[in-house]
Amino acid sequence: MTEPVIETRGLRKQFGDKTAVEDLSLEVLRGEVFGFLGPNGAGKTTSIKMLLGLVEPTSGSGSVLGAPIGHRATRARLGFLPEHFRFHDWLTGRELLLVHGRFLEMSSRDTKARADELLARVDLLDAAHRPVRTYSKGMMQRVGLAQALLGHPDVVFLDEPTSGLDPLGRLLVRDVIRELRERGTTVFLNSHILGEVEATCDRVTFVKEGRTVRDLRLGDVDGSVEVDLRVGSITEEARVAIARVGRILEYGGSASGDGLDRLRVALPKEDLLPQLARAVVERGVPLYEMRVARKSLEATFLEVMGEDQRPG
Amino acid sequence: MNGLLAVARLTLYEAFRKRILVAALIAGGGFLTLYGIGLHFMGPANEDKLSLVERRVIFNMMTLAGLFAANFLTIMTAVLLPVDTLSGEIASGVIQTVAVRPIRRRDIVLGKWLGHWTVMAAYFALLAGGVLTITALSTGFTPAKIEIGLPLILLEGTVLLTLSIAGGAKLSTVTNGMLGFGLFGLAFIGNLVEQIGTMAGSEAARQVGTVASLIMPSEALWQLAAYHMQPSVIRDLGNSPFSPVSVPSTAMVVWAAGYIVVTLALGVRWFGKRAL
Repeated sequence: MTEPVIETRGLRKQFGDKTAVEDLSLEVLRGEVFGFLGPNGAGKTTSIKMLLGLVEPTSGSGSVLGAPIGHRATRARLGFLPEHFRFHDWLTGRELLLVHGRFLEMSSRDTKARADELLARVDLLDAAHRPVRTYSKGMMQRVGLAQALLGHPDVVFLDEPTSGLDPLGRLLVRDVIRELRERGTTVFLNSHILGEVEATCDRVTFVKEGRTVRDLRLGDVDGSVEVDLRVGSITEEARVAIARVGRILEYGGSASGDGLDRLRVALPKEDLLPQLARAVVERGVPLYEMRVARKSLEATFLEVMGEDQRPG
Repeated sequence: MNGLLAVARLTLYEAFRKRILVAALIAGGGFLTLYGIGLHFMGPANEDKLSLVERRVIFNMMTLAGLFAANFLTIMTAVLLPVDTLSGEIASGVIQTVAVRPIRRRDIVLGKWLGHWTVMAAYFALLAGGVLTITALSTGFTPAKIEIGLPLILLEGTVLLTLSIAGGAKLSTVTNGMLGFGLFGLAFIGNLVEQIGTMAGSEAARQVGTVASLIMPSEALWQLAAYHMQPSVIRDLGNSPFSPVSVPSTAMVVWAAGYIVVTLALGVRWFGKRAL
């Protein structure tokens, strides 16, 4: 997973006076499930459209699968599920896949076989003969996933794939992403649902006001942890020792009437946990409980975006 | 080329699936039935009351009227059928899943043009063929030089169809439709000014019509078609509402062909630059 399949440098898109994307500089590696995060209006969809060749950048450069963005032949190796799942809805589910097979210049036999395989995978075989306009939103998403995966793509772009869907629809997306990762397919996921991103992505990039502002490998989020401590009566000496290791976020007496003090301490690295334990114990304060609370993606998101991005 | 043909095929299938062809067949069938009934009462049922010359004049007028209606219905089809094919799919986002495939944007526009042109040409063939067949079977009359007249009408439809598709690459559906019909109306009025002005001996009025025809050559093409499809004796006597006083130049055919090529090229360019 070292070879970059998507690379952009300073991609910018201006619509009249409005700058949709100011500076998109990112790198996505082969086989990676990559999350693209940012608030509404941050330029995420425009960024995806530039990478797919749907929108011409005003300036900057980029490549997808080693070819300049928008390169025609390379587009055969991409899959795309657009936001809101808009398709030719007068076609039946099966016809939609057959039409896209023609667009991909697949043979009729291969398209039919692949369509059957994908319709079964997304559980639409029974509805394959019905016009797409009669489908529920969940079914639209499923047929959309099938068309995105039709040509065995090397890179799949999913733009808000679970927006407004029930848990079953979300689960399907997660499962499909897992399968794609196992096959070594790169997934570019644009989603507002942080839990979904946390559960599926290897890495995320935050975009704010049209700029990529932070890159984060998930699993360790940013490496920092928060620790909840339950201790005996804390001394001033112990407090100073703890503050040398990390930052005390909360300090309070027992709320549950057990007579113990509670602290929440932020550590820049998980490696500092033993040092924190020593700071308590070596100052003669009994340590009853030490629980690590890793920083959630949501907390990181809010931290990266800042208070100014919160509505209200 | 494969992408172009795939888009053209999808466009034809859309016309079939959306029952556009069925609606066209029903409307065309109704029109032809009415035409046949009218012709019967003016021709075979009225045979004893008219001289041979009178019958020829009436059959000529009826056939030209039938072809005028076929021409009008074809124009309506040419403007309305593709009016939202690009703008509608751009607005809804449907075009995105097509444009990310390995298809040139140019092929999307040309494929849609080819598909819609095929539907329009088939519709025109049905209407014009129906008018001519009914006339021939009912009266034995066939207008003059239909091999020149019918392609000119088809060229007229092609001009408007091309404008409608190219406009959709740049404009919203409603604006595009208004532009198509607006230009058609401009050409129609321009031609009336030209015909009446010529009768009144006004060179300025004639030139207004010529300018209108350069802006939109549709009406000039119909006038030229009507001119060729009438026997010279009727045409020269001017005793038919379809005999133009001021006959458009054949150079208008070249202008219309160039108009189509340039308009289509503009449509391709606009769609190629358009953010989808």
